[in-house]
This record gives sequence, C-alpha cells and structure tokens, in this order.
Amino acid sequence: MNQQSIPLRTRLAAHGIDGVTMLVIPAALLLLALFIYPFSYGFVLSFHPKDGSLFGNYENFFSDPFLYKTIYTTLALAVPVTLLNLIAAVPVAFRVRRMRHQRLITTILVLPITLGTVLVAEGMLNYFGPQGWFIRTLTILGIGSPSSVRLVHNYWGVFLSLVITGFPFTFLLTLSYVSGIDVALENAAATLGARAAARFRTIFLPLLAPGLAITFCLSFVQAYSVFPSAVLLGAPAGPTRVISIAAYQAAFEQYDYSLASAIAMIMGAVQLIVVVGVLLSRNLFYRGPAAGAKG
Amino acid sequence: MDTQTTFQSLRLEKVGRTFGTMNALQDLSLEIKRGEFIALLGPSGCGKSTALNCIAGLLTTTSGSIWLDDKRIDTLAVEDRGFGMVFQNYALFPHMSVRSNIGFGLRMRGLPKADIEKRVDEAIRTVRLESQAHKLPGQLSGGQQQRVAIARAIAIDPPLVLMDEPLSNLDAKLRLEMRREIRRIHKDLGGVTIYVTHDQDEALSLADRIVVLRDGVIRQVGTPEDLYLRPAHIDVAEFMGFRNRFDGTLIGGKTVMPMNGASADFDGTIFEGVAVNTLAVGAVTAAIRPDDLVPVTARAKGIDALVESIEYRGHDFFGTARTEKNIELFFRSDRTLSAGTKIRLGADPAKVLFYNGASV
Repeated sequence: MNQQSIPLRTRLAAHGIDGVTMLVIPAALLLLALFIYPFSYGFVLSFHPKDGSLFGNYENFFSDPFLYKTIYTTLALAVPVTLLNLIAAVPVAFRVRRMRHQRLITTILVLPITLGTVLVAEGMLNYFGPQGWFIRTLTILGIGSPSSVRLVHNYWGVFLSLVITGFPFTFLLTLSYVSGIDVALENAAATLGARAAARFRTIFLPLLAPGLAITFCLSFVQAYSVFPSAVLLGAPAGPTRVISIAAYQAAFEQYDYSLASAIAMIMGAVQLIVVVGVLLSRNLFYRGPAAGAKG
Repeated sequence: MDTQTTFQSLRLEKVGRTFGTMNALQDLSLEIKRGEFIALLGPSGCGKSTALNCIAGLLTTTSGSIWLDDKRIDTLAVEDRGFGMVFQNYALFPHMSVRSNIGFGLRMRGLPKADIEKRVDEAIRTVRLESQAHKLPGQLSGGQQQRVAIARAIAIDPPLVLMDEPLSNLDAKLRLEMRREIRRIHKDLGGVTIYVTHDQDEALSLADRIVVLRDGVIRQVGTPEDLYLRPAHIDVAEFMGFRNRFDGTLIGGKTVMPMNGASADFDGTIFEGVAVNTLAVGAVTAAIRPDDLVPVTARAKGIDALVESIEYRGHDFFGTARTEKNIELFFRSDRTLSAGTKIRLGADPAKVLFYNGASV
C-alpha cells in the first residue's frame, strides 16, 4: 500500500509527535520520581498496617474519633476561609481592574505570599498575642481585654493566618478572571438599561462562575493542607488538630508510617471529592470565551 | 416609550470632553432632526468615538449639554437614556442565546413575557435571523453576529441608534450587504441613527448628513454631495479623496471670492481652478482628485512628471508619478504607461479646488 512509503517521522508528526515532544521528558521523569513513585509507595504502604490486615489502618482511622474528627476540623477551617477569601477577592478585583496604579496595588496585596506562612505566624503571635498591639488597643479603647478576646492559640488564630496568606493567591486568580471579561459587555448591558446590580448578576457572575470554581478549588487545596500555622497559631491538641497534624504525629511520634500513609490518602481523597464536586458544578455554566465576538 | 419615539430633534450644545490636558472634543454643536442618518467621519483620534460615547453616556462630558427636545440627557446615567448602541466588536453576551441577547434590554425594562417574545420575534425578523435564534453568539459568523448586535439595539425601540464602526470587522462583500441592511433598518425605525466611521465611502453612501471631525473639532457638516464636490477645508478634501495637493502662489494680485475662478503658480506650473474659500493674495493650496488628473498633450497646461507605477483598476489605470521637485502625484490614465515615461498631467479647471493659505 501507498501508506507504507510515508516515513515514520512524518506519520508521527501528523499526530503531533515531533522533536519538541522530547522536551516533555525531563518534567515527566521528575514527576515520576517525585510524585508518582512516592504516591504509589504510600498508597501500597497504607495497606500494610502493623496488625497485618489489609484495611487495618482505615478501620483504625474511621473508628477513632481522635483521628476521624480531624477531617471535620480541617474542613471547618478550609471551607469558610476559602469562601471568605473568594467573597472578599471579587469586589477588590472589580475595583482594582479599573485602577490606574493597578500594578502597585497588586504588588501590595500580593506581598504576604512572599513572606511565607511561618513569618506571618510569628508576626501574628506578637501582634494578636495577649501583649500585642491589637489587644492592647482594644483594652485602651475599653472594647476588650486579654481575657475576653483571644486571637491566637485557637481556631481564630489559624483562621486569620489562612486568610492573610491565602487572600493574595485567591485575589490574583480572581483578578485574572475578572480582567478577562470584555469591558464592552458591561457597556452594552448598561446601554440596554441594566443597572450595576443587574449587570453583575446577568453578565459578570455567569461568566465568572467557572473561573471562581477553579479559584475555589486551588485555594481550598492550599487551605486544607494547613500545617505550620495550625501548630504555631492554633491549639494543635484540640480545636485545630487538623488532618496533617494527625499524619505528622502518626509518622514521627508513633513511627507508624503505614498509618501516616493511610491518613495522607484519606486527606487526598477528601480534597479530591470536594474539587471534583465543585468542578462538576461548573458544567452548569457557560464555559466559552468571555469576549463579545469571535475576534 | 411613546414620548421617546415621537421626539423632534437631538441637540448637542458646545459639547466638550478632555482627557487630562488633551481636548478630545471641543464645542461640538449640532442639531439632528428625527429620521436623519448622521455619519461622524474622521481619521482615528479625531474625536468621533468620543462624541458617540458622550451621547451614549459611556463617557461623561466635561462641558456643554445634550438635549432630546427640551429634555436634558447628558446628566442621565447610561441605563436611563434608552439609546440603542451597536459596538465595534458587537459585545454580544457570549453565554446567552441569540434570542436572549436580543431580549436583554426588554427584560431589564421588566416587560411582560408575552410582549418580550413578540418584540424579540419582530427584531429577529427585521435582521433576518429566524433560523439562528437559538444558537449562542460563538456559533455564528461575523455577519450574523453583527445582525444580532443590531437587533439587540433596536429591540428596545430606541429614539436614537448609535453605531461605532459596526462594519469594520467584516469582509468587503458583507460590508456592502450590511450597509444596505443598515439603511433599510434605519428607514423602518424612523428615529435618528448616528454612525461613526473612518471610511468615507460608507459615510457617503449611508448618511443624510456627514459631520467631518478633525482633532476634536467639526471641520464641515453637510450632505454627501456637498462634501464630495465642495469640501470646505483642505483636511476634508484630503479625506474625500483629493490626494493631490500643491502649494503655490495666487496670480492676479487681488483677493478672489468663493466659487470664482482663479489661477495660481505652482513652482512654474500654472493651474486654473475654483476658489472654495476667500483667497487672499499669497499662498494658496490646490487639491485635485486622482480621477481628475490625467495625461495631456505637451502643448496643454500641466505639470511634468515621470511615471513611477501604474495599476489596472477595472475601467481605468491609476498611477503615481513624481515631479522634478520630488512631489508625488496620483493620476488616472485610459491606457497603461511604463515606469519612467515622461508625461504631462493636467486637469479640468472646474475640478481643481483652491484653498486659502499653505497646506501645512
């Protein structure tokens, strides 16, 4: 047949496989060595508990309230924090989009990312601590006292630190989605008689929803794996004993790597369920380009 | 809505808009009667889009006022003006079907559902999109998207339809077709259409009156015939296709009144022509269309030049030539000429326009 005479290289190129494809190899190897292998190893390890049964670790986890309650504790932190960041980021992004000094504002808002969670936590311990400026100011104003307002070593300490470190990330993503919507669409809606609230409801929100879903997922995953601030700013023995702390203790305090792996798997599964759920809901919305024409 | 459709005129009184220190629009005064099709014509940056956006309310004015009969509208918010606007990039809502796009303005007005359906059907029929009504904008061709944009703007039955270079994204054939459509729709509506364009052909063929803007200032307002035959300003002449311009000196030693004949010396070449404005003794500028500058015999009056290039354009040949003084000329010829040929180019004095002063 004639097909035989076409060189292999040409046939591969027709399927999009050519020299450039080779550039993927280093990243693929890295992914294999640093993610796929350790993940598979952990997955297999989680099915080899100390007692020798197959599901021992998982039975153990879901029968011990000290362990399974960490799922709820973590969700109780991650979901409200992510929602708050998202709800705060949308109006700020709308305002910043129209600003002339957009870059300056963005830089200031994004600064906390560069500081890292530990530095933020240390700062907060001083600022929000019993002898910190915040509480002292409240005391002077007569609004509160070190005994009535506690913002560190509890739920709120971790909550605040997640807001501070998570907001810039959420904001940046939101800003890019908001800027992606053609200004002419808003103008068109206005000439047709839509007031600001109606424009937001009928034009912006439906076009933004898919992007906000992605932003929610990424921000949520970040918040869900909270560890340093839960230890430094929270009450790691009780109210902020998040799932990553449980995994850490299993691995490095009980030296039960198998249980630790199982906890990590459960942690991953919870994240996956939330992310998949949110992404599926995205299908309810229009997902094409947010411009007014073919361009 | 009855009061809006029975208005008599739209008046702009000394409307101005500045951006920082730049005057994008200065003292724009204009009265437009119901039923008129007005084109705002000018090169990019002349202020035509600024003017349109000020009327629409998308830009606030910095001076002057705009009136619909005796109702002042420049102080109203965009959404309260009720004008239909067609955007250059159409600005269709990508997540809504064609029907939904067209009905948007009516829904915002809180009309009963049955009314909305009826008027959307009407608008869809007007732009002949019956078979596409349930598609999303992304599934339509450029021309169809344009029709949706027009239907959406006219569905609210606006007293004023504003169009911002609506045909600039379409190919040549579709552009001619849509021109006819736009004219027909304007006639059907019976309101005012204000149409922004940089294309003089579009303005000439569509408009009842053309407003030529330059640097934010009105240069001329007139019918297409006025503008085509007697552009009042050298800038307008250039825009109307008078590509040849010569700087020269008036001969005769006395002032020439408008519409009288005059002759002038252009570096040794004498041209006879018609004065457009009052010519004072001294510098004058002559403007000639390429159409009217043709090869003449060696004994006739004309300007000598060497042919540089020539191209066939259906009926005639059009070419460029260069004089000894390095002036580029655009001319018409009924036969082809090879590059480097020495020719003399002349024009009928009735087709040569003289403007007072030097061209720059």
